[in-house]
Amino acid sequence: MSGNAALGEAAVLSGCTCYFGYPITPQNELTEYMAKRMGELGRVFIQSESEIAAINMVLGASVAGARAMTSSSSPGMSLKQEGISYLAADELPAVIVDMVRGGPGMGNISPAQSDYLQATRGGGHGDYKTIVLAPGSVQELTEVVPLAFDLADEYRNPVVILGDGMLGQMMEPVSFDNIKPPKEYPKDYTLTGAKGRPSRMVRSLLFDTKEEEEHNWKLVRKYQRMEQNEVRYETFLTDDAEMIVIAYGIGARIVKGAIKRLRQENMKVGMVRPITVWPFPSAILQEFAKTVQDFFVFEMSAGQMIEDVRLALAGKGRIHFYGRPGGIIPTPVELYRIIGRHYYVAARRKEQ
Amino acid sequence: MKKVYTRPKTMKEAHFHYCPGCGHGIINRLLMEVIDEMGLRERAICVAPAGCGMLVYNYFDIDTLESAHGRGAAVATGIKRVRPDNLVFSYQGDGDLAAIGTAEGFHAANRGEPITIIFVNNGVYGMTGGQMAPTTLTEQVTTTTPNGRNPVLAGHPVRICEVFSMLDGTAYLERVTVNKPAAVIRTKKAIRKAFQCQLDGKGFSLVEILSPCPTNWKMGPIEACRWIDEVMTKQFPLGVVKEVS
Repeated sequence: MSGNAALGEAAVLSGCTCYFGYPITPQNELTEYMAKRMGELGRVFIQSESEIAAINMVLGASVAGARAMTSSSSPGMSLKQEGISYLAADELPAVIVDMVRGGPGMGNISPAQSDYLQATRGGGHGDYKTIVLAPGSVQELTEVVPLAFDLADEYRNPVVILGDGMLGQMMEPVSFDNIKPPKEYPKDYTLTGAKGRPSRMVRSLLFDTKEEEEHNWKLVRKYQRMEQNEVRYETFLTDDAEMIVIAYGIGARIVKGAIKRLRQENMKVGMVRPITVWPFPSAILQEFAKTVQDFFVFEMSAGQMIEDVRLALAGKGRIHFYGRPGGIIPTPVELYRIIGRHYYVAARRKEQ
Repeated sequence: MKKVYTRPKTMKEAHFHYCPGCGHGIINRLLMEVIDEMGLRERAICVAPAGCGMLVYNYFDIDTLESAHGRGAAVATGIKRVRPDNLVFSYQGDGDLAAIGTAEGFHAANRGEPITIIFVNNGVYGMTGGQMAPTTLTEQVTTTTPNGRNPVLAGHPVRICEVFSMLDGTAYLERVTVNKPAAVIRTKKAIRKAFQCQLDGKGFSLVEILSPCPTNWKMGPIEACRWIDEVMTKQFPLGVVKEVS
């Protein structure tokens, strides 16, 4: 099954009752899958007139109490940022999928990781954050999608699934057995008509600056709870590692192939793969920094996650970097050569 | 003593923030009167705009969401698809619907979404201080058309009802005004008809209300009401533009 289709089915099984999307490559298979499946199930599907409309339909469906999702790719994600800011301000749950492609501008339709900063820094206007999940395989999509819906409801906050064109379009065997029937969340904020209760309003306009500041601090406290409780990552061959690679998503998948080759030549390289790129797994990097000197960041961008690695290490260790922006997918052999060279230089430095 | 008028039950007890002579207050009151009379308080969901109408939730005692500028029709679409049995209406100004939110309004209308848009047309961006709106009349002076709107440079006043009437999804479109008592009564009827159209599942409905903005038109309230009749209705003729039986 393709990643995009698997994502769609995982959303259906996670209780997504509304999907709104606008065509953009490389995520069209997801929109098409939802058109078919949601229709079969009598759920809501709309091909909207724009990404802006789609995210606002999500907002409407969410405030009406539904589990709602939209998906897009980089240029479309830029358009959705307005709506994501409102979702965060209104404290409404939603799941937003970004199958990242080469940029900036129109860029191209090849896989890329160059929307990292947009996704992890909020992306739109104002002081806000979204949880950002970065799955690395089609099977992991089936774990991340129900988690995204649950986290969105749990925290009443938009959650972004940050994939890329490769993850969306590659075919892999996949099982959905892990997806449990969706949990029920108490929703005392939804607009249903004021039947037998006082009327409600959902808004983000707070003219009173004191009120707006309090609202902002309330959001910050929520983001702090996320940072405490929701960090997820995978470690790979880190126990004896003398160099730790930090990579995520499909980039980490390629790094794994490279590390297997490096290990055959007794180069002690391991990997930390953030699954939540926000909140970022800073603590584990700080932990490794007590014993490991060399950290290697690989991204399919000109260098965005490296900022989080720098912040996490806070001056400890040495950071190596290799990036391939523009929609280039390096091979495991290419990464094996580059990481191997850095490993060799680092080992020589230690000897001196 | 005989009581001849009372605040609609679904109107909160609050002071309007609107300027003297503004039409919003009348329109707000009419909406709540219709909702009371049709017994819809427990079913109604309002989508508020950005602009002078954005604070309607301080006055409407019904469930209300404040949407981003221009996105009311898309948000209302999302709500209505989840809750088809509710009455869902968005309250939008001319900048909101006829400029930044044209795509959302146009396509909701084209899909025939059974929602209602209450479209308040006062020909200016009121809240931001009286800039040119898409509905500003030719040669009308605003803060961004200091020499009058020149259609060569700034385009022509947009007739939303007529544009939307070409779309197969629209079921009921009427243009009314609130500049005198008879017109206010007609506006109330139009709102009632639009809501009924939605409840009957006929499709998309919109009531365009020409509304005085004395502050930004730089006129007295009476003069503003007269100007609607004498000037504004020449560009925006009143009446039912489309009604699907």
